[in-house]
Amino acid sequence: MDSYALLVAATLNAGTVLALASLGLLINEKVGIVNLGAEGMMLCAAIAGFATVVHTGSDGLGFVAGVAAGAVLGALFGLLVIWLNTNQYATGLALTLFGGGFSAFVGTGYVQARMPERPSFAIPWLGDIPVLGPALFRQHPLVYLTVLFALGLIWFMYRTRAGLVMRSVGESPESAHALGYPVRRIRLLAVVVGGALCGLAGAYLSIIYTPLWVEGMVAGKGWIALALTTFATWRPARVLLGAYLFGGVTMLQFHLQGIGVQVPSQFLTMMPYLATIVVLALISRNPQWIRINMPASIGKPFYPGS
Amino acid sequence: MLKLEARPQPSALWSYGSPILALLLTVVIGVSMFVALGKDPLRGLEMFFWLPISSPYQVGELLVKATPLLIIALGLAICFRSNVWNIGAEGQYIIGAIFAGGVALLADKSTGAWILVPVLLAGVVGGMVWAAITALLRDRFNANEILVSLMLVYVAVQLLSYMVGGPWKDPQGFNFPQTKTFEAVTRIPRLFDGSRVSIGVLFALAGVLAMWVFLFRTRAGFAQQVGGLAPAAARYAGYSSRRALWTALLISGGAAGLAGALEVAGPIGQLTTYLPAGYGFAAIIVAYVGRLHPVGMVFSAILMSMFYIGGEMAQSRLGLTKSLTGVFQGLLLFCLLACDTLVNYRLRLGRPGRT
Repeated sequence: MDSYALLVAATLNAGTVLALASLGLLINEKVGIVNLGAEGMMLCAAIAGFATVVHTGSDGLGFVAGVAAGAVLGALFGLLVIWLNTNQYATGLALTLFGGGFSAFVGTGYVQARMPERPSFAIPWLGDIPVLGPALFRQHPLVYLTVLFALGLIWFMYRTRAGLVMRSVGESPESAHALGYPVRRIRLLAVVVGGALCGLAGAYLSIIYTPLWVEGMVAGKGWIALALTTFATWRPARVLLGAYLFGGVTMLQFHLQGIGVQVPSQFLTMMPYLATIVVLALISRNPQWIRINMPASIGKPFYPGS
Repeated sequence: MLKLEARPQPSALWSYGSPILALLLTVVIGVSMFVALGKDPLRGLEMFFWLPISSPYQVGELLVKATPLLIIALGLAICFRSNVWNIGAEGQYIIGAIFAGGVALLADKSTGAWILVPVLLAGVVGGMVWAAITALLRDRFNANEILVSLMLVYVAVQLLSYMVGGPWKDPQGFNFPQTKTFEAVTRIPRLFDGSRVSIGVLFALAGVLAMWVFLFRTRAGFAQQVGGLAPAAARYAGYSSRRALWTALLISGGAAGLAGALEVAGPIGQLTTYLPAGYGFAAIIVAYVGRLHPVGMVFSAILMSMFYIGGEMAQSRLGLTKSLTGVFQGLLLFCLLACDTLVNYRLRLGRPGRT
């Protein structure tokens, strides 16, 4: 029973990384921007956060550094894509390639570095409940904040005027522009917020989740987060569920190894990637369903007056 | 405030000028980085742009790395020209190498030189098989080829790790994750004594010619690109987008697989987990910097190879890390994309539309 409680706890932990990044990418895609640079932003944020904690000993400053790194890279991407009209896919790829190289370059000196010891994150009383305690109530605060953030995002997107404007920019930038909304500025803001969330995910990964720095440690989580927005047909609640599902798939391999399943570890490591491919194929099978749900201007540049 | 003004026609001048400007920008940023790190920037430039061409041996090494980059980029350019986003060439390269390595392991002392043909063919088939998964899922299930091809890179890395750590592990290899060294007869023949340049270079150059003929002198090549430029026009003309998808992915997968075969049976000579060197990703940059043009990519492949060798030199001689290569590769693509704006737009001060 306890091993299952730990599996649930690990799933929530792994799912939080995916959820934060994927919600950030969702915000991007809702205004019509696809950022393939998620992996690169997460890597840069991971090393920025990790290095900051190693030098200052403060997790809070580490998260700030990670968020800042993600936001700066997001802004750079946004300026190129929104103001210079560069191709979104190619620019995102450039960001991922650059982020991979840059984080490895900066991180060379931190490969052996260790984090300061942390107190337990267990919540008093609740954390002591048998089974439920270790499963749900001994997580880092960010795990709970992520759920709250997702709820807040749902409220913002579907219940506020600003959320409506944001969605309309993604559905029809021309109409939003004609109504007098600053389309490019709204897009840039969304891209910066999305980058900041990817940064938070990267920082959580290196500061709390692993916690260590290895070159390329994001290991495709940025790409899985990108795929999650499609699985979720661009709904925040489904993004959250999908993230936990994939967190579970990632964690299942350790669980299976733990209970002595005789499969080479490489095949277990493949599982999240294979699962992504399979689920992506199943969800995308119906083009109509995707077209109805996808923000209409996704991937297309908008330049007023052209 | 700077404004962009659309040009009536893309500027021919800037489409050649932009890669050069991008390279200059990358060098300027690189020099500033060296200064910031307290290293002599002139020494840095020397590592990247002079040492790789300073001796015949170094030029050979430059070609050794440029060969796989160019072969992969040629295939990718066909994909990008037909608007198929295959970014998983790294995976196709790895599977090509696994297939080729599997055939090479079958050779023994009595095998003749004919074994090279099946080794290379196996590489091509391996790359094609891997790319075909992406094509199938895109074609039958409408699954995004960017994500599928990329996920398959991670799967390929794990497959390689399983093969060299399990069934194909060298029993005398002190438990290292690697196969035994291939028989000498499976080695890709070298062109000159005293240099590692192999006949792979000839394959790459033949590929340049073949691609030029295919793209610019055949009907099939024309139909292939129309789908990328104007999907509606392609449909109207009756060009099949499914056919373009499969053609693009099979060609680029085969090319990446061939590069994997040439690498594993050439400079490396055994399968190891160190096989993936990021050539599949760097080739994306090669393709863009070379303007997706076969001849342009010859130059950009050599440039990218300089980045690789420069990174190694900076590591051994300046005490920096090899990952500098990745930083400059990414920077170059960034700068190129920004400069490419000048191909389609004029920069104006003030409000747009005024003359």
